Amino acid sequence: MTVMTLTGNYAVAYAVKLARVQVISAYPITPQTTIVEKLSEMVDTGELKAKMVRVESEHAALATVFGAASAGARAFTATASHGLLYMHEVVWWAAASRIPLVMAVVARAIGPPWNIHVDHQDIFDQRDTGWIISVAQENQEVLDLTLQAFRISEDPRVYLPMMVGLDGFILSHTMAPVDVPDQEEVDDWLPPRRQPYYIAPETGVVMGNIVPDDDYYMLRYSMQKAMEQAKKVIEEVDREYGKRFGRSYGGLVECTLCDDADYYIVITGSWAGEAKEAARKLREEGYRVGVARIRFIRPWPGEMVRELAARAKGLVVFDRAISFGSKGPLFLDVAATAYGLTSMRGVIGGLGGSDVTADDIAGVVRDFVGEVEEKGSVYEPLYWLFPAKYRGKFEAKEVVA
Amino acid sequence: MVVRIQDLPRRRYGMPGNAACPGCPEAMGLRYIKMALGDNVVLVIPAGCSSVIQGIWPKSGINFPILNIVFASAASAAAGMKAAFEMMGRDDVHVVVWAGDGGTADIGFQSMSGAAERNDDIIYIVADNEAYMNTGIQRSGLTPYGAWTTTTPLGKKEHKKNLPFIMIAHDVPYVATASVGYPHDFIEKLRKAAKIRGFRYIHLHAPDPVGWRFDPSLTPKVAQLAVKTGMWPLFEYDRGVFRLSPFSKPYKDPSKRTPIIEYLKLQGRFRHIIDKPEEIKKLEEYVDRLWYWIDALEKAFNPSEKARELLSRHA
Repeated sequence: MTVMTLTGNYAVAYAVKLARVQVISAYPITPQTTIVEKLSEMVDTGELKAKMVRVESEHAALATVFGAASAGARAFTATASHGLLYMHEVVWWAAASRIPLVMAVVARAIGPPWNIHVDHQDIFDQRDTGWIISVAQENQEVLDLTLQAFRISEDPRVYLPMMVGLDGFILSHTMAPVDVPDQEEVDDWLPPRRQPYYIAPETGVVMGNIVPDDDYYMLRYSMQKAMEQAKKVIEEVDREYGKRFGRSYGGLVECTLCDDADYYIVITGSWAGEAKEAARKLREEGYRVGVARIRFIRPWPGEMVRELAARAKGLVVFDRAISFGSKGPLFLDVAATAYGLTSMRGVIGGLGGSDVTADDIAGVVRDFVGEVEEKGSVYEPLYWLFPAKYRGKFEAKEVVA
Repeated sequence: MVVRIQDLPRRRYGMPGNAACPGCPEAMGLRYIKMALGDNVVLVIPAGCSSVIQGIWPKSGINFPILNIVFASAASAAAGMKAAFEMMGRDDVHVVVWAGDGGTADIGFQSMSGAAERNDDIIYIVADNEAYMNTGIQRSGLTPYGAWTTTTPLGKKEHKKNLPFIMIAHDVPYVATASVGYPHDFIEKLRKAAKIRGFRYIHLHAPDPVGWRFDPSLTPKVAQLAVKTGMWPLFEYDRGVFRLSPFSKPYKDPSKRTPIIEYLKLQGRFRHIIDKPEEIKKLEEYVDRLWYWIDALEKAFNPSEKARELLSRHA
């Protein structure tokens, strides 16, 4: 193990190298670019023995690594925002082909207007595609998740591709000390890829041709079953990784200050750091607040969220994305899991990288607790945490069903 | 390297029960690929008729390992597969893209151009039936002037895009045209391509009885007439040398060409223009322009030994 000072993007690149990825293909997009640059350098200098296919678009990038993985190679790509949207068709294709792959998604707002800063709209746009979708809080976790992604994706109980989400700039371009495991240790923990089906002259395997409708239905059913299995695999891999490398994150959900909490902040991504700080402040004021950081938005950790909801006085869900005409996508999942069990508020904040501080989060939670204590039960699915300069000029609580 | 029919493998590569229409040129072309290259081949097929011809899971009507892939990125998926085979020490596997004119000239052009520019080590074959046949005969960038399609009900107003010339300009090692009417020529070109490394492009003219409105028994005849009228010249560009293929050589002389009308009148898609001399003239002029280009390419790429060395940098 070596401690290196790495940006989130370089943490991705080092994990890809340690995983002995064989084929890489990517198209540059801010803020993912330095992943491609670092990997190109590693391949060109021979530090990483892999093929780097420098394609002309993201659609091609994912198709390239999908082709490589279909032939049985370990493959990786990375993108962000518009790049992810552009490859969306292939995102579906890769998952439903049940081909293990890993992709880093450096979360960034979607235009127009152009904005290169973080929100989670791009990641949530992929929510229903059949990919395992994880979101990291900090750079160490970026490296750990990227390594674990190969184990999870290639597990025979899963065989689904996996995204590792990391917040644009806040993680991707910010340096932090990262424990980088030794190659031998990783080799021992992550064996070479084995896949029972792959395309080669001798296998005669055909992938993706037409199926009867009823069989199509059953293939979709099998993807859902694989997602359920993936929950177990994710927990297992997290535990094993902890034993081997000394870091465990609690599996699908990382719960902080949860033991005696009455209220929970439900959140995903790097701003969980601010949420934790807010919870600590609130505890000093006497509020018993915990933070449930959703590490995996797919498979959805329904059991754990329901468990929390059953013992909570209330949940405050923070979304950095919105499903226009409805609510925040994280809130929708929480509400579908926990509706009726407890009070809820769905907060929309930090769109397009607009700043959200620990004090902002604490303020929303304080206000929510006050309302719950006063009214007994609160259901507020759409609460706007406006950027500071617009706060007070618009109504934060929107009345919707 | 002369290909003789009696020497070709007799194995069946298109299996009974495949979903090709009667007289389908793609079913013909697919067979020739394995006849030419043997079994060390995997196919990458984007959306198109060939996605359907394979038939219904869990069986396949085509005796190939196949990766079906989205419309726009067949060349990329093939490049990825080839990279994987190379990493696994299996450099000898031929990764072949089999795409239609839409998947090549239009929606798939970007990814194909990218693979060509990178000189990815794949064989790219376009089965050109001159329209989007699988969705029901809509115009493509490779539909010829005047042809009826369901999106050009009064005839297409633009000429066919000259894709092989565009591919030569990509400076790839091998570009050839072929036709289902001349299987031995196609097979010979496939075998030649197989011996070259890098991006190899073969443009297979594939007259389609359903979309072109002719009798399914006439596929080879219509294909041959395209060559004999000069509408579809057979040639190859091999690492700096441009050659007309033997079957097209006579038609360099316009007087030897069969009149275009003989080609057009067999096809219902030209029914509305065969009585309009001014429309026929537009196609005749197209053929003259095409041959002007061919003449120019023949002169340009008939290089001295020294120039040839320079031009064959991909070899």
